[in-house]
Amino acid sequence: MAELKPKEVLLNPLLNNNPIALQVLGICSALAVTTQLKTSVIMALSVICVLGLSNAAVSFIREYIPSSIRIIVQMTIISSLVIVVDQFLQAFAPGASKTMSVFVGLIITNCIVMGRAEAFAMKHPPLVSALDGIGNALGYSLILIAVGFFRELFGSGRLFGYPILSLRSEEGWYVPNGLMLLPPSAFFLIGFFIWALRTLKPEQVEAEG
Amino acid sequence: MKRDSILGTMTVALVLCVVCSVIVSSAAVLLRPRQEANKKLDQQRNVLAATGMDIESMTAQEIKSFFSDATRVRPVLVDLSTGETVEGETVGIDLAVYEPKKAAKSSELSQFVMTDGPTPGVSRREKYCVVYEFLKDDQIDLYVLPIYGKGLWSTLYGFLALESDTRTVRGITFYEHKETPGLGGEVDNPNWKRLWPGKRVFDDEGNVDFRIIKGRVAADAADASHLVDGLSGATITSRGVSDSVQYWVGDDGFGKYLKRQRSQ
Repeated sequence: MAELKPKEVLLNPLLNNNPIALQVLGICSALAVTTQLKTSVIMALSVICVLGLSNAAVSFIREYIPSSIRIIVQMTIISSLVIVVDQFLQAFAPGASKTMSVFVGLIITNCIVMGRAEAFAMKHPPLVSALDGIGNALGYSLILIAVGFFRELFGSGRLFGYPILSLRSEEGWYVPNGLMLLPPSAFFLIGFFIWALRTLKPEQVEAEG
Repeated sequence: MKRDSILGTMTVALVLCVVCSVIVSSAAVLLRPRQEANKKLDQQRNVLAATGMDIESMTAQEIKSFFSDATRVRPVLVDLSTGETVEGETVGIDLAVYEPKKAAKSSELSQFVMTDGPTPGVSRREKYCVVYEFLKDDQIDLYVLPIYGKGLWSTLYGFLALESDTRTVRGITFYEHKETPGLGGEVDNPNWKRLWPGKRVFDDEGNVDFRIIKGRVAADAADASHLVDGLSGATITSRGVSDSVQYWVGDDGFGKYLKRQRSQ
């Protein structure tokens, strides 16, 4: 297998091989936690931690994992990490952990995490696997934060909870777009994002037929 | 030992399980004290939020010292069926660790909601509730009552603060709900909460008289002091809050306790 450059492993998933925009993985959580920018950012950080560590851990023991139980081994590692992250959030960011509720736990089922463990970490050494995990998590974060930004700004006229657009209900001019607060809007935003990305990088467009 | 042999598989699975469970349980045990402290502080912060105090400018230390000062605030356990305050020991409850939410689900510590009037949308509630009595110069200045009830998607948990006359609202806050942000979620909007102080939940005879109405309350309405504006786009959440408040100040809720306090 060709030698992998650490920088490429880290940065490729941002735009060239974005897990959400190109691989279309992990969009479920992108709908759920992006009504506010703050929760998007915390979700992004949690996923970066989990994905980096899980890839490193899976890769570290990849020589010992029997192929018959490899999926369950990966799941065990991933879920342990997610529980630890959840406990940390409850201890150090109680407010945020409350608004995120079950969605932190649902990182376990985020397809990106298992996808990377199975597709990359099982075949590569720990360091480069960790970079791959972090890179993919960053690609996921990029979309999550972009979606969170637009949804909070247009849905409630705020960013990080601070008023940016003065609302009609508070004697301002902006009438918030309620659709932005509902899950389908995240689909539309991700759709626009994919469109923009594929216009910039036509090589990502799948061949038709 | 071969990787794919039965023995190898068992060994890997066993070692992995032990390692993972050690990591998970040590994280849980080590972080527990901090989580408990956060929970308690959060609860105290919410109690203060209901009274309209500016909690944003208060540090965690200030909130803690406020609650440790027995001349300023006193948590009491109220038996809702009689309205009497009871000592925790007599009913087997330790106030420091009592969790009303869990009690509402246990068969011994809860009972059915029994009322002909509005209900909080749940079928059972705890028998004993923790009321915070705020004191000023040894006189009760405020009552902070825990309230909850179903909205559209979720049960809303909050506190209602009543003045020492037990009729007038000082403030309201919800600390846990999953209503739609921007619609039902606007129960958290400070502008809406600002409508509450000064509203009266009882009429002059002591009957519950309070409602959240659709739209705005006309300033010149005869019973304007018993009405609060509904949240636009959140009819069911507004109705839920309205019903919950009526239930909790009513006879099956804190009504008997409030009546006793009034007659004292």
